[in-house]
Amino acid sequence: MTGNITGISGPTVRVALKGLRLYERVYVGNAMLTGEVVKLEENRAVVQVYEDTHGLAPDEPVQATGTPLAVSLGPGLLSGIFDGLQRPLERLRDDSGPFIRSGKEIYALDRFRQWRFHPLKNKGDHISPGEILGYVEEGHFRHNITCGSDINGSLSWVADGEITIEGPAGALADGKEIPVYHEWPVRVPRPYRRKIAPSQPLVTGQRTIDFLFPFSKGGTAILPGGFGTGKTILEQSIAKFADVDIVVYAGCGERGNEMAEMIEEFQMLRDPWTRSRLMERTVLVINTSNMPVAAREASIYTAVTMAEYYRDMGYHVLLLADSISRWAEALREISSSLEEMPGEEGYPTYLASRLSGFIERAGVVETFSGKTGSLSMVLSVSPPGGDFTEPVTQSCLRTTGTFLMLDTSLAHRRHFPAINWFQSYSLYAGELLPHYKENISPEWEDVQRGCGEILRKEETLREVVEIIGIEGIQDQDRLLLHAAEMIRSTFLCQNAYTDDAFSPLEKTLSAVKKILDFHKEAEKKLTQGVALREII
Amino acid sequence: MRLSEHRYRTISSIAGPLLFVQGIFSARIGEVVKILTPDKRRMDGEVLQISGDTALIEVFAETRGLDLETTSVVFTDTVRRAALSPEIIGRVFNGSFVPLDGLPMFIPEKRAPITGLPMNPSARARPEEFIETGLSVIDGLNTLVKGQKLPVFSCSGLPAKEVVAAILRNSRVIKEASLPHGSEMAATGGDFIVIFTALGLTFREYSYYMKTLEEMRSGFVAFVNMADEPAMERLLAPRFALTAAEYLAFDKGMDVLVIITDITNYCDALREVSTAREELPGRRGYPGFMYSDLASLYERAGRIRGVKGSITMLPVLTMPEDDITHPIPDLTGYITEGQIVLSRELHQKGIFPPVDVLPSLSRLMQRGIGKGHTREDHRRISNQLYTYYARGRDLRRLETIVGKEGMSEKDRLMLDFADLFEREFVNQETGRRDINITLDIGINLLKRFDLEK
Repeated sequence: MTGNITGISGPTVRVALKGLRLYERVYVGNAMLTGEVVKLEENRAVVQVYEDTHGLAPDEPVQATGTPLAVSLGPGLLSGIFDGLQRPLERLRDDSGPFIRSGKEIYALDRFRQWRFHPLKNKGDHISPGEILGYVEEGHFRHNITCGSDINGSLSWVADGEITIEGPAGALADGKEIPVYHEWPVRVPRPYRRKIAPSQPLVTGQRTIDFLFPFSKGGTAILPGGFGTGKTILEQSIAKFADVDIVVYAGCGERGNEMAEMIEEFQMLRDPWTRSRLMERTVLVINTSNMPVAAREASIYTAVTMAEYYRDMGYHVLLLADSISRWAEALREISSSLEEMPGEEGYPTYLASRLSGFIERAGVVETFSGKTGSLSMVLSVSPPGGDFTEPVTQSCLRTTGTFLMLDTSLAHRRHFPAINWFQSYSLYAGELLPHYKENISPEWEDVQRGCGEILRKEETLREVVEIIGIEGIQDQDRLLLHAAEMIRSTFLCQNAYTDDAFSPLEKTLSAVKKILDFHKEAEKKLTQGVALREII
Repeated sequence: MRLSEHRYRTISSIAGPLLFVQGIFSARIGEVVKILTPDKRRMDGEVLQISGDTALIEVFAETRGLDLETTSVVFTDTVRRAALSPEIIGRVFNGSFVPLDGLPMFIPEKRAPITGLPMNPSARARPEEFIETGLSVIDGLNTLVKGQKLPVFSCSGLPAKEVVAAILRNSRVIKEASLPHGSEMAATGGDFIVIFTALGLTFREYSYYMKTLEEMRSGFVAFVNMADEPAMERLLAPRFALTAAEYLAFDKGMDVLVIITDITNYCDALREVSTAREELPGRRGYPGFMYSDLASLYERAGRIRGVKGSITMLPVLTMPEDDITHPIPDLTGYITEGQIVLSRELHQKGIFPPVDVLPSLSRLMQRGIGKGHTREDHRRISNQLYTYYARGRDLRRLETIVGKEGMSEKDRLMLDFADLFEREFVNQETGRRDINITLDIGINLLKRFDLEK
């Protein structure tokens, strides 16, 4: 089906074409720019174009595809670097140079790469949707080739040995082929058998998170903070050290240099759990701030769909997005070019429902093949002016389980990670406690309480000290201030550029316990009459 | 491709910098148009929006004197391109790329669209080469590296231009500080070049900058839009400048330093267009797309793997009401790799450059310092100076309440340290300090207070 362009305003294009479906993918103009139908009217449609519309003119052709915006899912995604539309950036660079041109159609997956296929079913076996036909080795991961919903019957042939993603991996008796890869619409959550409540911790290696605000597999967290509070460094640290199988990182509307740094680092560093290269377990989706805005909007969906794909193989997957505010701003730009009625601060009124729909794609699930997989999300938020009352932070707070507030005043004191220990919270703390008590130490809860108490008391004491000076308070209190200072500077602070960047749970517990023990011991000495000067 | 120019006299309305032209046969988004006024002036415009046979045109000039009857609009069938040639070096242009220095335009070697193309993130090289600015507070604590974008956040009345001029005069690239003399950026001339972009500059500022540029031994290119020139031109000038920068950096292998001053004027021009289009205003009336628009400028800084040149960017902006949470510094800070914040308090104390270390930051510093870049002890010295100064600053508040006498000896020491740090480390006359001197001043300061570990 072909129609033509009747109007253009920024990334929004009006086309005269009947019979389109909402959210159908279309090709716009002579340059064949990718677009998505966002509004249908009589005899015409409004299309959101995912690429730069400079040079586009009315009467240029628009071509319908009949399918929604989708990503390719198959072997070869891991260690890939994609843009918001899943175009492989490295191959794009090798093909067309260091700058990205519009309208370049390129396959997401390498069609010529050979994979070794290990069948798990034999000729004659019956196979039904969700069953695993076999697997290929993608790095050290077993990449299952699973049957889609349209496959049901007995196998007449199963591949064995080298195959490419063009496949097929097998065929049914009626001649139907079982493909190695498939396409999945990005805006449709991938199905699973059932959802399970999160109960396993996701160790991040960040002491403040693991100890004070524990995060769980299948959980969701947000990191809001003004600029310079270390959102990106914290996100990247978590991406490096998290105890998950696979990491999908969406650089959504952020800096290009930062991404270059990350790519280089991830190709070099190894993860602390399997000692293999970080990049081997990572998929990067990069849509920097200067790349087209509409593709930025799509990028988090592209990322989450790939994350779900690996979750469905029974892996623990962590999706990090930096930053979700840039996604929301893209949504706002699109909404305003559609001349929709704005809600708070110009954001469309459906911001909250879109966000919750996205965030709820996280969780622990039982897959159709009976495995347990999880998808966890850590999203950074960039509130304008560092003001947390803005709509994006507030909408996220309603659906996410962990709130890690990054504090500008801590960052100015170079206290990193700048997680404020009074305002932040984790709703998973209670559910995870039994796990910590059983597997790490029965003392976990007591130590945690002790640490919290010292920090709280310090806060009240500080106000007193501000007024009367440190000399004016009792030795007991001065001792407590000293202990709190130790907790802050040696325990809560963690340098992302040293070996301390990753702290295993046992080490985390023993580090804080040492300080608490010292405090208890010193208090005893004080009551015995030892001078404070000698203790500190 | 159209074979001939299309000329229309069908303007249906004019509002501020915007024209609506009807009955257009074919137009492209971003197409350059020429507007011929009744009094035979020529203006530049660009197609912003097309709906059916009506085109919305943004005019990059003062629209006073246009009318609906006789003004004609010529569609040129091209997007805006910059003419590029090595001969651009040493020239001064206005915001629309017309020579201001009385010399004729050169014959271009190539033309490139001024909106540029986004750099493929996987083609970028990580910025890590140290640029010595000669200012201790930047080199020591907020190190600049090649390919970085590091804005200066100023307030009205603060000496931002003197700070920028000091950086211009003294910047050089050195491999390692232990070498007696690095290859001076300024001295090598052929490899290092400054592209100076003035947006809404007063004549006084302009003449100050031009004098500085002419005194430099390296080459420069200037794009100048003065305070009394059309505001709309401020949206074009930085794009011409960056297109020239990309050409000199990635085609000619030069290290380009792009100075853009003042970004606040740029954003105000952006707001003007946006309101004329009756778009919904965002915070403080600035358009919702300002983040993406600013990013389309700032993100053009960088280096490419396997290519010799680099673009380093030093935008200058004035924070309205000294407010760092104002949308202009706020959005800038979210895109750039750090910021150099000037402080009114330090300026009043007579300290130059009046850089407040606490809110200032260079995000790419970690990669550009230490062994192989500056000196092995750089990171340690910088961390210690920062920590003690921050503590001293904290204690100043306490001092105002309890007085210096009421404080412990240790705290008084910290206060003295903070004072001396400002006077001896941050403060420097216009002379250059090389990185070794900077770090030695730092060490001596720490030693005097017995803080060196």
